[in-house]
Amino acid sequence: MGTPGEGLGRCSHALIRGVPESLASGEGAGAGLPTLDLAKAQREHGVLGGKLRQRLGLQLLELPPEESLPLGPLLGDIAVIQGDTALITRPWSPARRPEVDGVRKALQDLGLRIVEMGDESATLDGTDVLFTGREFFVGLSKWTNHRGAEFVADTFRDFAVSTVPVSGPSHLRSLCGMGGPRTVVAGSSEAAQKAVRAMAMLTDHPYASLTLPDDAAADCLFLRPGLPGVPPFLLHRGGGDLPNSQEALQKLSDVTLVPVSCSELEKAGAGLSSLCLVLSTRPHS
Amino acid sequence: MTTEVDSASEVKKESDQLGADTAKENPKETAENQQNQSSEPSPMAESQSSPRRRQKREKDSSEGRGISRFIPPWLKKQKSYNLVVAKDGGDKKEPSDAVVEEQILDKEESLPEEERQAKGDAEETAQRKQQEIKVAVKEERPSVSSAETQPVEVKKERNEEKVKEIAEDKSEEAAKRETKEVQTNELKAEKISQKTIKKTKTVQCKVILLDGTEYSCDLEKRAKGQVLFDKVCEHLNLLEKDYFGLLFQESSEQKNWLDSAKEIKRQLRNLPWLFTFNVKFYPPDPSQLTEDITRYFLCLQLRQDIASGRLPCSFVTHALLGSYTLQAELGDYDPEEHGDNDLSDFQFSPTQTKELEEKVIELHKTHRGLSPAQADSQFLENAKRLSMYGVDLHHAKDSEGVDIKLGVCANGLLIYKDRLRINRFAWPKILKISYKRSNFYIKVRPAELDQFESTIGFKLPSHRAAKRLWKVCVEHHTFYRLVSPEQPPKAKFLTLGSKFRYSGRTQAQTRQASTLIDRPAPHFERTSSKRASRTLDGDTVGVVDESLMKDRPGPGGQVSAYGPGVVSIAIIQDGDGRRDARIPTKGPQVQLIEGKRKGDHLFKDVLSMKEKYLMASSRTVEEKAQEADKSLEEEITSILFSENGFSANLKATFTSATTWTAEGTVVNYNVPEKLSSWPSSQSSEKRAPESEGPYTGASDAVKSSHETLNIVEEKKQAEVGKDERVIPEEMNGKEISPGSGPGETRKVEPLTQKDSTSLSSESSSSSSESEDEDVGEYRPHHHVTEGTIKEEQEEYEKEVDEEPGQAAKVVEREETVPEASLVKQAGASVTTVDTVIQENVVTLKIPAEKSINEGVVKQDMREETEDEQHKVNGEVSHVDIDVLPQIICCSEPPVVKTEMVTISDASQRTEISTKEVPIVQTETKTITYESPQIDGGAGGDSGTLLTAQTITSESVSTTTTTHITKTVKGGISETRIEKRIVISGDADIDHDEALAQAIREAREQHPDMSVTRVVVHKETKMEEGDE
Repeated sequence: MGTPGEGLGRCSHALIRGVPESLASGEGAGAGLPTLDLAKAQREHGVLGGKLRQRLGLQLLELPPEESLPLGPLLGDIAVIQGDTALITRPWSPARRPEVDGVRKALQDLGLRIVEMGDESATLDGTDVLFTGREFFVGLSKWTNHRGAEFVADTFRDFAVSTVPVSGPSHLRSLCGMGGPRTVVAGSSEAAQKAVRAMAMLTDHPYASLTLPDDAAADCLFLRPGLPGVPPFLLHRGGGDLPNSQEALQKLSDVTLVPVSCSELEKAGAGLSSLCLVLSTRPHS
Repeated sequence: MTTEVDSASEVKKESDQLGADTAKENPKETAENQQNQSSEPSPMAESQSSPRRRQKREKDSSEGRGISRFIPPWLKKQKSYNLVVAKDGGDKKEPSDAVVEEQILDKEESLPEEERQAKGDAEETAQRKQQEIKVAVKEERPSVSSAETQPVEVKKERNEEKVKEIAEDKSEEAAKRETKEVQTNELKAEKISQKTIKKTKTVQCKVILLDGTEYSCDLEKRAKGQVLFDKVCEHLNLLEKDYFGLLFQESSEQKNWLDSAKEIKRQLRNLPWLFTFNVKFYPPDPSQLTEDITRYFLCLQLRQDIASGRLPCSFVTHALLGSYTLQAELGDYDPEEHGDNDLSDFQFSPTQTKELEEKVIELHKTHRGLSPAQADSQFLENAKRLSMYGVDLHHAKDSEGVDIKLGVCANGLLIYKDRLRINRFAWPKILKISYKRSNFYIKVRPAELDQFESTIGFKLPSHRAAKRLWKVCVEHHTFYRLVSPEQPPKAKFLTLGSKFRYSGRTQAQTRQASTLIDRPAPHFERTSSKRASRTLDGDTVGVVDESLMKDRPGPGGQVSAYGPGVVSIAIIQDGDGRRDARIPTKGPQVQLIEGKRKGDHLFKDVLSMKEKYLMASSRTVEEKAQEADKSLEEEITSILFSENGFSANLKATFTSATTWTAEGTVVNYNVPEKLSSWPSSQSSEKRAPESEGPYTGASDAVKSSHETLNIVEEKKQAEVGKDERVIPEEMNGKEISPGSGPGETRKVEPLTQKDSTSLSSESSSSSSESEDEDVGEYRPHHHVTEGTIKEEQEEYEKEVDEEPGQAAKVVEREETVPEASLVKQAGASVTTVDTVIQENVVTLKIPAEKSINEGVVKQDMREETEDEQHKVNGEVSHVDIDVLPQIICCSEPPVVKTEMVTISDASQRTEISTKEVPIVQTETKTITYESPQIDGGAGGDSGTLLTAQTITSESVSTTTTTHITKTVKGGISETRIEKRIVISGDADIDHDEALAQAIREAREQHPDMSVTRVVVHKETKMEEGDE
């Protein structure tokens, strides 16, 4: 278990899933989403994969796109991974539930312990789960219910799992994220601030919090690819996407900022936390 | 320099004089002490005469304090203690008298009890300890312990004499005395010994220990919980025992903690005398435990918790913890010895699979080379991070009837629904805990934007469950959050409710005591509960002896004068506060340990200065260690403060606070407004538009003041602790808790600041002793009253009393006495600037409900309108207190006799100098500038206090105390910031300039507020002080 918070961001592998053409057509769960520029979205996705592999030095696994799963690239909703355990979620949208199969298989192949949610009444979107390194927060949102959150608690028993009410259409992770082992970053919207206040009340641990002008900027990934002595990375939305938040992000010392763009994918509801799953195949070594 | 003095300071002056007298007498006394302790002389004569003198003295002066100078320091300490003991006789007004009596009685008991001590029954209260010393001195051979009849008899005779004498004295003097004890005294020794015989009914107790073995012993029927607990700890050779407790099974569902302050029999009712020994307070950081053996027991407890499923963990953690267990118990992995089979003896998880066992073995192999103690430590390091570590769960329903669980832990109260944490109330957020029938209530501070505090109710399965939860909360709060236990509320006629308070040591105290443990690591055997059924033999000789003795409940005269019979005497005599005599029988080491273990404060005088410093420094080390752990909280706090214009110095002051905060763990997840405090950011950036929170500037600070306030409290505590001034408090708190009314204490210990606590708890007090109180209340707020002087406190009390309706509501009393708090009497002159900055209208009258405010405001008014003299006194005397190291609650064995002299000397001088206030001749001048609007406030009706905050900061020449209060009146919220800036220094400081600067700064810091009043109070030293 190591020192508190140490578990946060440790990773050796990243898993992504290609962008299908169906995403641009607004089919499937994406009903009501604005049409998007498929090429641009695919480009963004490609750049993200490249950064994960080259900049962060992770082993990148890319699942092929499936036209039947337009939101397949948002695989962050499909699994919650901590340590050697992956909880395969039961997404709120029934249309997305078939997405779990490919992800499960990939994670299993990577040697993770797979936990399933057997309960028909439970819904859980992976991006409603925030792991801080010391505890879990699960957003009770439009997408995730109490029963779903319980599975998180049952799966990751070492950690406190607290529920955070999330109002509106957001996932918890689209409002806040971790900027470091002891730092929560959050957007400045009312929903984000409310969530952070709730978390502040629920936690036993001291965190700093950094408020960013844009909620989407808070959806960043703190990653530690593992080499000792190398400062951890913060994968975040770049200045092209969210110019207002860049300055505030500079305040995060001790991390190497790695900006990426996903403004086109964002139109389909994607954020950095949903576009990739990171894991460590040797979490306890 | 004396001019007008108000009543409070008058009193003080009087005591000043007394103090001065004391000073003069001190050397003499010291000499006496020296004689006394250095070797045998005739301590008898000494101790006989001194009580008498004291009593005489008492006629003249109703205030016990003056007497003190005649009392050798040890006795003096005892005085306060005795009050505690005398609880039953609510009337005791004559502390010294009580002392005498107690003492003698103690002696009586102590003789025969020597044996018991050897066995380790232990109720080693400080008093006892003192007792030990005394006896030792008398006999001049503490080692005489075991089967020596002779000295015992001799002593007894003496005691008889004494008893008589005192009885006489008493008849004249002690009319008000509590009858029980008086009678006992008059019974004289013979009768007492008769009683001894009569009262030796014993009951057999069984205690299941953490390793699964059973310990049994005979207990006197009316023994208190503490007796049994101490016996068990002695049997286990456990010194850091404050983390542990005894449980008894009330029903299949309920287990209750045995209250050590109450008779076992009354708690058990008709249940069998069967207990389990368990961890009661899980140390948040086990690595801070001093001894491996303590960690070992904690490990055993956690293994139980894990195996039973109480402490859930993941597969990996089960495996990891299991592997450390194997390493600790089996040593390095040996493929031959540790085949696959023998793991069935261990239970690593509630449901053990082959897979788990394999994983355990796999991990076990990686621990090669770890010693058992190291393996235990690793085990604990991992276990302590589990989210349910140390969480005591209670089933309940919320207001809507939904099943939830309430988890009591070091940090506060956690609310779970299923496995999910759905709410959390950190201790600082909780204003009051109460129960009524089967309902349990917590009253919490208003949330940031709310105006009103809310009360949240939970339905427990039964009345007893509610009470049990309430008690656990009270205990946890006290243990983890307070420096010293709160005293139980004053018994009031015709009030209901439980008086229960935690009376053991707090974590802070136990840690402090643990630092003194100085024995070679005790040998103990690690055995798994499931595998070894160890017999009890071969453990402690004492245990064996004990059982032998038990069988012979003879009167005190023969060998078994040491036997259990004596205990009953003690009970009869003391009524409530029975203390077991403990006479060193085990040789010096045992004594040493005992000294450390318990109350020790009686002994505190015994400590040499060197030791004091040692302790201080060890504490510092601890602090340092924890500094590493320092949470954001501190950073935030300090930055918040600096935002408000306090000197950076502040932080330095506050670092020490980490000691308490680190574990006390105010959760400081900072809310976004505080973001500005993000450590790496520069303050200029803080308000950069993109990171702007909803609030700005001062209101920011105010917003977060809930937490901040508490932080400040804690810090103050820590500081005080560092000053070692808190110690008397601690001792007081602790000793008193068993029983005596706070009022009495006050008399005895004028410097005790803790007293104020009683105020807040009064309303919840009860005269009912029964186990069945229907209601109980507890206001979990520690009252840090740094530098509060006793007289002032009483004043406050009165104020509060005059408003009974409100007084009942007093939620929190924080007596901030700015002038006393941080004034450094650095140079020739002191300038105090009161700047009151206001938004809207100032209300000077603020509801007593939040007397933080009241204190401040009233005080303020008083200062302005009345005497400056008083203030000066306050400052100076306080500074003196500050400076002088008072002692710590740890004692040393009688070995230190010579030093004892030194110290008592020193500590006496402490008091003296405290009183010799007017050393410096000063000229005082007060000028008040006030803007007209302020007047409205004085008479205006009080608004609702939203938040209040007191911040103190210090720099080289200035000390700034700031009170920020936010109130709402008629829908208008107002923030009032009151700053007291003390500029001290000699001539090279331009005071006028400094003053101007201070005002300027105040304006700058709060541009949106207006300065409504400036009070300049100037004191100039006129000539060298004469002594």
